[in-house]
Amino acid sequence: MDFTLNDEQQMFAETATTLFGDTCTPDHWRKMMEAGTAFDPDRWAQIVENGFTLLMLPESAGGLGLTELDFALIAQAAGYVALPEPLVESAGIAVPMLAALAPDHALLADPSAIIAIAPSANPVVASADVASAILLEKDGHAFLATPDKVTLTPVATIDPLRRVFRVDWNPANAQDLGPADWTLATDRAAVFAAAQGLGLAQRSVDLAVTYAKDRQQFGKPIGSYQAVKHHLASAQVAIEFARPVVLAAAASVGQQDVYSRARASHARTAALEAADKAARASIQVHGAMGYSWEVDVHLFLKRALALTGSWGTPAFHRARVATRLFNRPAGPDQTFAREA
Amino acid sequence: MDLSYTPEQQTFRAEVRHWLEAHVPAHPLEHFDATRAGFEAHRQWEATLKSGDWGMVTWPKEYGGRGLDLIQWLIFEEEYYRAGAPGRVNQNGVFLLGPTLMEFGTHEQKQRFLPPMASGEEIWAQAWSEPQAGSDLAGVRATAMRDGDDYVLNGHKIWSSRAVFADWAFGLFREPGSERHKGMSLIFFKLDQPGVTRNPIRKINGHVGFAEIFLEDVRVPAFNRLGDEGQGWHICMATAGFERGLMLRSPARYQVAAAALADLWQARKDTADPVLEADVVRAFMNAEAYALNIYQTASRLIAGAKIGPEASTNKIFWSEMDIHLHQTALAILGTEAELLPPAGQHDWLDDYIFALAGPIYAGSNEIQRNIIAERMLGLPR
Repeated sequence: MDFTLNDEQQMFAETATTLFGDTCTPDHWRKMMEAGTAFDPDRWAQIVENGFTLLMLPESAGGLGLTELDFALIAQAAGYVALPEPLVESAGIAVPMLAALAPDHALLADPSAIIAIAPSANPVVASADVASAILLEKDGHAFLATPDKVTLTPVATIDPLRRVFRVDWNPANAQDLGPADWTLATDRAAVFAAAQGLGLAQRSVDLAVTYAKDRQQFGKPIGSYQAVKHHLASAQVAIEFARPVVLAAAASVGQQDVYSRARASHARTAALEAADKAARASIQVHGAMGYSWEVDVHLFLKRALALTGSWGTPAFHRARVATRLFNRPAGPDQTFAREA
Repeated sequence: MDLSYTPEQQTFRAEVRHWLEAHVPAHPLEHFDATRAGFEAHRQWEATLKSGDWGMVTWPKEYGGRGLDLIQWLIFEEEYYRAGAPGRVNQNGVFLLGPTLMEFGTHEQKQRFLPPMASGEEIWAQAWSEPQAGSDLAGVRATAMRDGDDYVLNGHKIWSSRAVFADWAFGLFREPGSERHKGMSLIFFKLDQPGVTRNPIRKINGHVGFAEIFLEDVRVPAFNRLGDEGQGWHICMATAGFERGLMLRSPARYQVAAAALADLWQARKDTADPVLEADVVRAFMNAEAYALNIYQTASRLIAGAKIGPEASTNKIFWSEMDIHLHQTALAILGTEAELLPPAGQHDWLDDYIFALAGPIYAGSNEIQRNIIAERMLGLPR
């Protein structure tokens, strides 16, 4: 039993944090929003160069063959900057699915290729406009289509750094890759949404802390008042009790049993609730500024909202926890249980 | 990261389970705060625990422990709650003062105090709060006047858990004339010695769970001071860190309660409000989250980290989770919620009432939120 991250994992996460921190600043967000884009080719090139797109690709297919836990740390760093590029969907969910179905596929040989993914649970697909191909779910099968073989209709979303599309497609124009493990994809999506949620939540708190130290009212920084402190402390509590669940969920995805699915859903629930709670606390602490476009907190609120509706609703994920709770033994000796 | 138990840890779990199955009393003991008889029955249980060397498994062998690590402690606690074993009447000693003694005590003090603590021969109460020093603990007025090799203690302590029946107390006392965080020392005194008067205070469940203590010229040897003179505040905060962070409330306690809540829901869901299922699931997730957080903390401590201000998040989380869990149980019980259960049945009501104390004791949740804001987040005081 060891609940600590190793040096390599921490180093990878620090690399991601630095890269995202340097290239995804408030200035960058503004420029992208003004330009009406949600994809920065320069940043994507650096993401590719650092190997992040190869992380979940098996070594036999030319990847790094690392685990969901390693990728979750990158996803957390992505959440902290509300990363616009589809790193998580493509490299975290679509790439391992394609590698499982068609390990020799040419797309996997190009680490810069973006693969969008459209589970039937989602009404829209993110970043389909910049994808080399789209994985589509139908009757449990995965179909692969290039964007020119489908009809993409942009759909307006509240998140200004996300592009989503409705996809109309005909299986006759797509490659049937056969039955795919959409449950495993859902587990990964849940864990990585949760990891992003941790990043979103912490950024919301950090923005508010910076503001509350600076902003003066009644002759003192507003952060010295308990009413303000307690909003942010409560948000931090939510983060502290989501993080270990996210890490444990990420470390358990490979189990692929009722326990690991429940834990992934628990992680998603707790972390996205923390992200929502933290964003709302942050808006409140910023006062009228928090309700303005000038302050960046809204980006984190909106991303949390977008993630909460993707890859299964909160009710779907609660039901997965209920399935575990009501059909398997619960209790203190069952924390790390797995199917025999 | 490896979230599986080693074969040694599994063997250890089996050993604990086996021993508890053979020794846990078949019928629940009367509560240790209810009567002297209940208290003494729990002391007897502590002696039974000690006979199996289970008094405090993390302590070194020479002080009555087994020299085990925190993961093994968690396994022990899991089996302990799973077995429905009696509450630890000496929790102020074994979980709070014990770890502090281990860190700040001299070898002689450890030899003197730890073994009888582990065996329940000496049961401890905490004497920190005073009528004018609650959340603002630095406002302590009780004094310790040095007199040769002794201290002479005077003052008025209150809200001392277990103090009605316990043998010893550890308290904060200040050098006469000192102010605030300076000049305080942590000193042990016997609760039955001349000059000590204890008045029971009845809790909202009717039990005499705590006492107020009057000290009039109570003479104790300087040997009873833990750490250096004037270091009391520092030591007190270290104790509080353990209290809030790790040992006061085992995750197992809530995991057992959450599992019982799931059973209650299954038994009653045909008549209960269907919306409550979401709360039952939430209670389970909360208990799991707390357990995972504590496993993470235990792993960090084993790797050499120290408990910091994040301990305050634990105290907030478990206390609020406990209330939510029991509110859900009462909501499921519905029209029967107010009825006292027959003896031997799960007492959701009493556990709910006890949960209400959680946000108050061991430093109120308001104070914990201040600590998080100031020491974790860096907001100004």
